[in-house]
Amino acid sequence: AGPVESKKEAAMSELVPEPRQKPVVPMKPMGINASLLGYIGIDTIIEQMRKKTMKTGFDFNIMVVGQSGLGKSTLVNTLFKSQVSRKSSGWNREEKIPKTVEIKAIGHVIEEGGVKMKLTVIDTPGFGDQINNENCWEPIEKYINEQYEKFLKEEVNIARKKRIPDTRVHCCLYFISPTGHSLRPLDLEFMKHLSKVVNIIPVIAKADTMTLEEKTEFKQRVRKELEVNGIEFYPQKEFDEDLEDKTENDKIRQESMPFAVVGSDKEYQVNGKRVLGRKTPWGIIEVENLSHCEFALLRDFVIRTHLQDLKEVTHNIHYETYRAKRLNDNGGLPPMTVETEENHESNL
Amino acid sequence: QNDDCRTLSLSAHVGFDSLPDQLMKKSIKQGFCFNILCIGETGIGKSALINSLFNRDFEDPPSTHFLPSVQLRTQTYELQESNVLLKLTIVNTVGFGDQMNKGDSYQPIVEYIDAQFEAYLQEELKIIRSLFSYHDTRIHVCLYFISPTGRSLKTLDLLTMRSLDSKVNIIPIIGKADSISKTELQEFKSKIMSELVSNGIQIYQFPTDDETVSEINTITNGHLPFAVVGSTEKVNIGNKMVRARQYPWGIVKVENENHCDTVKLRKMLCTNMEDLREKTHAQHYELYRRCRLEELGFRDIGPKTKPVSLQEAYEAKRHKFYLELQRKEERIKQRFVQRVKDKAAMLKEAEQKVQTKFECLTLMHQEEELKLEEEKKVLEDEIAEFIEKKATAELLPSQAPVSTPVVNLKRQELQKVSA
Repeated sequence: AGPVESKKEAAMSELVPEPRQKPVVPMKPMGINASLLGYIGIDTIIEQMRKKTMKTGFDFNIMVVGQSGLGKSTLVNTLFKSQVSRKSSGWNREEKIPKTVEIKAIGHVIEEGGVKMKLTVIDTPGFGDQINNENCWEPIEKYINEQYEKFLKEEVNIARKKRIPDTRVHCCLYFISPTGHSLRPLDLEFMKHLSKVVNIIPVIAKADTMTLEEKTEFKQRVRKELEVNGIEFYPQKEFDEDLEDKTENDKIRQESMPFAVVGSDKEYQVNGKRVLGRKTPWGIIEVENLSHCEFALLRDFVIRTHLQDLKEVTHNIHYETYRAKRLNDNGGLPPMTVETEENHESNL
Repeated sequence: QNDDCRTLSLSAHVGFDSLPDQLMKKSIKQGFCFNILCIGETGIGKSALINSLFNRDFEDPPSTHFLPSVQLRTQTYELQESNVLLKLTIVNTVGFGDQMNKGDSYQPIVEYIDAQFEAYLQEELKIIRSLFSYHDTRIHVCLYFISPTGRSLKTLDLLTMRSLDSKVNIIPIIGKADSISKTELQEFKSKIMSELVSNGIQIYQFPTDDETVSEINTITNGHLPFAVVGSTEKVNIGNKMVRARQYPWGIVKVENENHCDTVKLRKMLCTNMEDLREKTHAQHYELYRRCRLEELGFRDIGPKTKPVSLQEAYEAKRHKFYLELQRKEERIKQRFVQRVKDKAAMLKEAEQKVQTKFECLTLMHQEEELKLEEEKKVLEDEIAEFIEKKATAELLPSQAPVSTPVVNLKRQELQKVSA
């Protein structure tokens, strides 16, 4: 309960650069244990690992899925506090909506507190926007599997790279329309299919169209529907490692998710502070104010507490499932091939 | 798809700088593994050194000098310091250097190291695998104990180290270094290092690429090989129990850096633990894996010099294997069918035989019966004849005396018949 509270407070004073969070791990030997037996120095391995990972940097690949106009690009910009999305990398808002689902992945390098991260945002324009949306999740599933395939090919080489580039999708934010009623058939179909191959985090978009009661009821109904349809969104119950994880994740699963968010990249002055928000005739909606919307919860969840876990579940579970299935298929090549023969990588 | 990678600047604090902490938290939960291999002659002080390095009293019974070949003894311990849980495995050679013929001494060691690589490789190649919970038994560092002769390396040392230097990180150390004087020690160390260089033996170099540790590590690299003293006994010095060796001429304190390099070795092992683990995985293991896979017939380049993936080769082999299996199955099936047929034929034959025997017997019985019938008939005729004769004899009473012999005769005949 302690660190969560302090995070909430930190969220309030968001734009003041926060001092770097105190490391959770103590680095010097503590108390009785050391003096009884003499300090050896085994615990310095943590610092060594930390140094090593800081040097190599991290990869994080996040996918956003939802019908156009739900505020996906704005939300990603708000999450990463920079002009990350397609919207700002040259895509014209007046462009026509694509006829089929396209997959657009753009990589960025960001650095904070000495930690270098290669962030790839994968956008899926055209999803759910056609007249006939049957099977519109297929290109997305195909893309996700292609990344697993790429990784598998590298892993299976005889002379391997020291560090295999990771393009696998670690997290998929699925945007639900704030209808206030229930999930749409498209939502259920997408999540049913994709929750088996990738970590899905359902998000209620444009939550400023609902009052608090409407929000609570809608969330309850959505949770119920997801449960009834057997959709395991992240954090999946079956991957809770121990009691501590389980209690923490249960609280998130049963109370907070799906997060009802509002995104914005505009700043306004509120009570003498500059905050990100949306200005309306009836007031300013503060994005990072927990009493207005749950953006801060989503941000903390995805970035500050569960980022590493998202990557690990992708690697240890989704990727392993793909690999096992792939190696079990009797001979024959998969129907999709990433490279063409010209690419000279006729490895598969 | 992913070609342009722009560098962005953040307008405010995002929070992903907590990533290393998230990673550390998970690593701590999982715990760490560290495996040390100690190679050295019997009695050179391997156990004493390990006890001194980790300041524990690990149980390790002393071994005899009379083992016929080199063996390896493994023991695993769980150590905890603050919140770090370390699974420490110590592998000791037993009987090293004791045999008359030491030509094969290094073999069991090489086999052990390869076996651990093989186990990891097998797990990695499995279809359903669990690498993140795999207990890593690969040797991360090899402490090679050199005898404190003061002269040079033994041939056995050169032979063993040469066969191991591409498989494991070797740190050479001089055991029982309290038997060498300071001046002799420096000469001995330089002699050893120059011999290692001239024989092309690769020992572990402490990494010098990170500025924070490069200075210390360069100095340490110059101190190799470490001259160590270990002790399982503690001596009371100034009201404290310290590990030391008490001689009439003085006390050698294990933790005193002026007396020996044990503390240096401990520091270097601990502060470079992660680098040792990484080199084992990224360099030694990869080399083993590459050689092994090539041995098994996999290639990255196929016969037409088109890149062939392990995947494809693997699947081709599996396909071949599958066909083999099918062929074998066919053969077994056919053999089985044949066997069944043969057995059936045999049974039929036996049945036939029994049948013919039965018919034979029946025939025989019939013949017997006929014969008996005939004899019966004959006897019955005789009886009838006799009765007739008896009847006629009774009709002639005057001829009594004469009839007597006749009657006697008849009687005898009757007796014969009745018998």
